[in-house]
Amino acid sequence: MAQTLSPPSPAAPAAAGAPARRARTPRGRKWIAAFFLLPALILLGALVVYPIVWSVIRSLFGPDGFTHFVGLSNYTDIFTDHQTLVALKNNAIWVVVAPVAATGLGLIFAVLTERIRWGTAFKLVVFMPMAISMLAAGIIFRLVYDQDPGKGVANAVTTGVHDTFFKASAYPGAHPRVAGPGSTLTGPVGGPYTGKPVSPGDGPAAVALVGVQPSTLTGATQAAVPGSCPSGALCGTVWLDFQPGGGTPGKIDRGEKALADVRVEAVRDGRVIATATASKDGTFVLPADRIGTSPIQLRLPATNFTAQYAGVNWLGPTLVTWSIIGAYVWMWTGFAMVLIAAGLAGIPRELLEAARVDGAREWQVFRRITVPLLAPVLGVVLVTLVINVLKIFDLVYVIAPGASQQDANVLALQLYLSSFGGGNDQGTGSALAVLLLALVAPVMFLNIKRFRKEKSR
Amino acid sequence: MTTLQTARAPQTTAPTASGRTGPGTATRAVRRLAGGSTRLVLLVVALFWLLPTVGLLLSSLRGPLDIQASGWWTVLTKPAQLTLHNYASLLDNSAITHSFLNSLLITVPATLLVVVVGSLAGYVFAWVEFPGRDWVFLLIVGLLVVPLQVALVPITSLFGKLGIFGSITSVVLFHVAFGLPFAIFLLRNFFAGIPRELLEAARLDGAGELWLFLRVVVPLGGPAIASLGIFQFLWVWNDMLVALIFADPGSAPLTVALQQQTRHFGTNIDVLSSGAFLSMVIPLVVFFAFQRQFVNGVMAGALK
Repeated sequence: MAQTLSPPSPAAPAAAGAPARRARTPRGRKWIAAFFLLPALILLGALVVYPIVWSVIRSLFGPDGFTHFVGLSNYTDIFTDHQTLVALKNNAIWVVVAPVAATGLGLIFAVLTERIRWGTAFKLVVFMPMAISMLAAGIIFRLVYDQDPGKGVANAVTTGVHDTFFKASAYPGAHPRVAGPGSTLTGPVGGPYTGKPVSPGDGPAAVALVGVQPSTLTGATQAAVPGSCPSGALCGTVWLDFQPGGGTPGKIDRGEKALADVRVEAVRDGRVIATATASKDGTFVLPADRIGTSPIQLRLPATNFTAQYAGVNWLGPTLVTWSIIGAYVWMWTGFAMVLIAAGLAGIPRELLEAARVDGAREWQVFRRITVPLLAPVLGVVLVTLVINVLKIFDLVYVIAPGASQQDANVLALQLYLSSFGGGNDQGTGSALAVLLLALVAPVMFLNIKRFRKEKSR
Repeated sequence: MTTLQTARAPQTTAPTASGRTGPGTATRAVRRLAGGSTRLVLLVVALFWLLPTVGLLLSSLRGPLDIQASGWWTVLTKPAQLTLHNYASLLDNSAITHSFLNSLLITVPATLLVVVVGSLAGYVFAWVEFPGRDWVFLLIVGLLVVPLQVALVPITSLFGKLGIFGSITSVVLFHVAFGLPFAIFLLRNFFAGIPRELLEAARLDGAGELWLFLRVVVPLGGPAIASLGIFQFLWVWNDMLVALIFADPGSAPLTVALQQQTRHFGTNIDVLSSGAFLSMVIPLVVFFAFQRQFVNGVMAGALK
């Protein structure tokens, strides 16, 4: 290249439509420039480029050192190993769901906040999680997803909603005595429990149960024998037939508590003909006009005894990946929103207004004009998020409890586990690294292509 | 408060003005109603977005016994249980305070080094011609998306041979190397936008490259350098994976120290919640103070 110092002509920069050749750097300056570049090149070469080459070669060798050449068998191992397959499957879910969800929400928020005065404050709130670490976000969401509805806000809400529509049962686990004089009812564990046939006028029916937790009976009253039973009706008592230190099974002893609100059904020929609910002292009345005169069976439906709804097992094997994706979307929607909002600001307003004046509804404007004009921005956001999701590690590692870590596995976590977390198999670890690299490679080339195009313009 | 939006459309008031000639009164009423429900939806979403963080904050302000007994929302009815006890015991915990110091010892040099090395290289790529320059730069653009996981295994053995494995230096070097492609990319693009005449004039006056760099390029590149610095600072501060592998217990940052605690999740939520909030303080302060620069960094990084 020419080393001459040509005098600066004011026309030269202006005429530089062709690729600018700035041949104005003398030799001494070049050495300084090379010196400027050196630290970056050394660091990048030793810590980024060298590891890539190393990993590609290392992935062809066995677990320990460059001693056993195994060819591609590490790669075939990856695609047959159960753990890695789970990781691959989860990664696929992640790559499809998380970027689309974050971008979609970001788009909605960006459009909705455009004309709202406190839109900036809203954006700040949604964008804020981007500043915190995945570890902090993980701890935050471990707390949100806590199984105990008394501690985890997600389950507090779920159980709250659930119990509003389905009343929680009062006596989970209650059951009749298995055998002995007190056992007037039979049935499978958890109910329904059915009694022997009885006729109206047989006298008070004794519906004796055991297995009730004392804590559910605080405030319960002494069980009583029904006083005056209308003739033809069938009366009885539902109570906890247990007294510390004895008592007679099947008899209402002193200190034995009533089981209020238990539903009792009268069944004849397999059909329910009447129902009653035990009152505060445990007594119930099945009215004469409903039950007729022939013998019936008393039945306690299973709904009396189902365990209390414990909420959703967010971090259990089936839901754990989706729950973690939820946490990720919480973190990254702000990113999508801010980028899309910047894109929106660049859309010519006249275009939108013209469409509105022509009578287009907001939805049509959004679908036919806003989204197509935003397509390049949406593309960049989606691609960025896909790359980011492929590398996801911290969130899964922190949120998934030990028991379901395997079910939440992703490639980056599997790489960590196989190379460091006890696996100690660098061959497989390197193969996984190369796989990860192969997955992002298309974007690498896309970036380069895009950049060259921008430069040539 | 500075605005989050970098470029606000000047015509935001246009719809109301043109609404007069366009749709009729009924349509406008419907639209206003829809606007009201939009506001309501956004308000609910904002609360929903804040809820997890508020939950952590309130949890961190409750005693261990209260945490075991009930949910953080009981604070709303019984505010008396709030206490700074957790934070006090956190500051007494030497492992935590030590790791907080380590976080700073890792983050500050890693940020400064990326900024310095990145600007030097960015300047060369923007303004100094040398053979193969474009190819080297394209290689760096390609390196933008390399997942750092790829380098973990080889760098472990490399650092082991160099004898720096487990030290703060190793963590810093790793962060610098993986921060560089983005730094060079961002700064080269920004520096290339500096008017050529400025540099030519200075060169004619006989200024050396170092002088040009320090007196012309760095001052003019201030905003981009600030964005990069803030972005890199938060990225390194928030990292867990790199430190998890390269830092030994003595040089582990706050994220790793806290991560060790998550194994006993459930028994020590008091330490975890206050510790997590402590780890969030600096990022949140940086975020609220330098939103604009942070946003710019994030937007430039969208190519990454």
